[in-house]
Amino acid sequence: MAIDQATVRKIASLARIAISDAEAAAMEGELNGILGWVEQLGEVDVTGVEPMTAVIPNSLRLRDDVIDADPLTGGNRRDDVLANAPAAQHGFFGVPKVIE
Amino acid sequence: MVDENVTESTYRIKGETGEWEVVIGLEVHAQVTSNAKLFSGAATAFGAEPNTQVSLVDAAMPGMLPVPNRECIRQAVRTGMAIEAQINKWSRFDRKNYFYADLPQGYQISQLYHPLVGEGSLTIEEDEKAGIPEPKRIGIERIHVEQDAGKLMHDQHPTMSYVDLNRSGVALMEIVSRPDMRSPAEAGAYVRKLRSILRYVGSCDGNMEEGSMRADVNVSVRRPGDEFGTRTETKNVNSVRFVMAVIEGEAKRQVELIEGGGSVVQETRLYDPDRNETRSMRSKEDAHDYRYFPDPDLLPLELDDAFLAECRESLPELPDAKRARYLGEGISAYNADVLTAEVEAARWFDTLLEAGAKPVAAANWVTSELFGALNRLGRDISDSPVSPVQAAELLGLVADGTISGTIAKQVFEKMLETGDGAAAIVDREGLKQTSDTGAIEAEIAKVLAANEDKVAQYKGGKEALFGFFVGQTMKAMQGKANPQVVNELLKKALG
Repeated sequence: MAIDQATVRKIASLARIAISDAEAAAMEGELNGILGWVEQLGEVDVTGVEPMTAVIPNSLRLRDDVIDADPLTGGNRRDDVLANAPAAQHGFFGVPKVIE
Repeated sequence: MVDENVTESTYRIKGETGEWEVVIGLEVHAQVTSNAKLFSGAATAFGAEPNTQVSLVDAAMPGMLPVPNRECIRQAVRTGMAIEAQINKWSRFDRKNYFYADLPQGYQISQLYHPLVGEGSLTIEEDEKAGIPEPKRIGIERIHVEQDAGKLMHDQHPTMSYVDLNRSGVALMEIVSRPDMRSPAEAGAYVRKLRSILRYVGSCDGNMEEGSMRADVNVSVRRPGDEFGTRTETKNVNSVRFVMAVIEGEAKRQVELIEGGGSVVQETRLYDPDRNETRSMRSKEDAHDYRYFPDPDLLPLELDDAFLAECRESLPELPDAKRARYLGEGISAYNADVLTAEVEAARWFDTLLEAGAKPVAAANWVTSELFGALNRLGRDISDSPVSPVQAAELLGLVADGTISGTIAKQVFEKMLETGDGAAAIVDREGLKQTSDTGAIEAEIAKVLAANEDKVAQYKGGKEALFGFFVGQTMKAMQGKANPQVVNELLKKALG
């Protein structure tokens, strides 16, 4: 799989990253290099092998349905949440007007 | 693709070149009832001060890890079981990537490739008046669990939008139907039935005004029996009425477009309830490339048999089963529909039956007398001034002949006013029905004596006058005579 400069620009746009034409050209070469390198994995025959989701045997942990059980992952910390916002107002994040 | 297993609907859009059929699929987003959010411990309650129910996880602070809330998973599984769907013991979360001011992570954690719940269905009841001649099964493709986004407010500041992340990270079930609906009425019935099931299960409060349930409406048109046309998707429609309006309007728009020589573009649209029309959301056109990939922060979700068994055992009797049981007890189809539509009414009615009321009489009384009174008082059945046990006492007095149906209405009014029990009111007000033949015969004699002309007419063949004599006698007895006894005695006296 090879990607061209148009694809590079589309991915950059979807990721909201501004790139110049020169950067896009350089990126095209680099990304194709990475993809080519990863594609070598395709040479391994994995027929009948279960996909591995973690390197150690582990399963997804679930939490109990309790509000603010752990303050680090609970609410009621508006000041912390808004601390880095450039335009917090009246308890909201202020952002440039976005309207459909 | 031409579908085969779908009952024909007669709903048609009449265009200039002939008739068109509408094909509808719905994606319903239902907020899962839980205390805490899907991946954090922040609260979910509606109406809190802005950004007070936001954890560092929900605000997407660097380094925070999502941990799924077991209750949200459980509720989605129970919902899947309620629509007899396949439950996937192995599912996985994916990232859906897009940028918007209400999505701090830059991606929504959702389930694209391996949803928690697979293929199921629900049945909408027949509704002759609405053009649904027989019950119809609507396929449900899948239910997956995902995060809600935050809320944007555009009218608080001249140049800024305000963002409230309280809703960010709240658990949603996305319930995706098959394109099995063929009219606005069928879609309306589907949403109502789904809402009813969710509320029975207790997995979503179904409150559409507060946004707990909203639908993305997929509409296309075609010549009857033809292949599917190109569809449009109208986002975030938040009432049954609007869902139906969107379908009607969008189908007409598409027909006019095609007949005018144009073609339908697959696009996302927005409904404007004030103008009752949909319009294109052009900004979303390029955003459809969501670059989904498995969320590396989350291992696959694996459910064991004990978890699934608890989910199944904790399901209540569902609307279809309840309706069938009521029909089996002789209750009319109409009453069974009315009684099972809302879970609160159904539970109230079941308690009434458990308290000993006879099903048919109880159903008639609840749907007419009780609902009428609640309507008048502007109250819900959950805060009815009369309890099921009190109602059972009243109905018992009618059933054993202590009072007549007419007197029962009076007693019920007194119960609503005073909160007293039926028997106590009947005793206090002397409303007991009498079968005392002596007293009734005395009144009958008076009535006949006062209406000799009518007696003569009756005997001359005008039998319709019998009702008049019954009425006069009952009036003289102040409604307290046993109607059957009055009938018998009158027949004898006139015979």
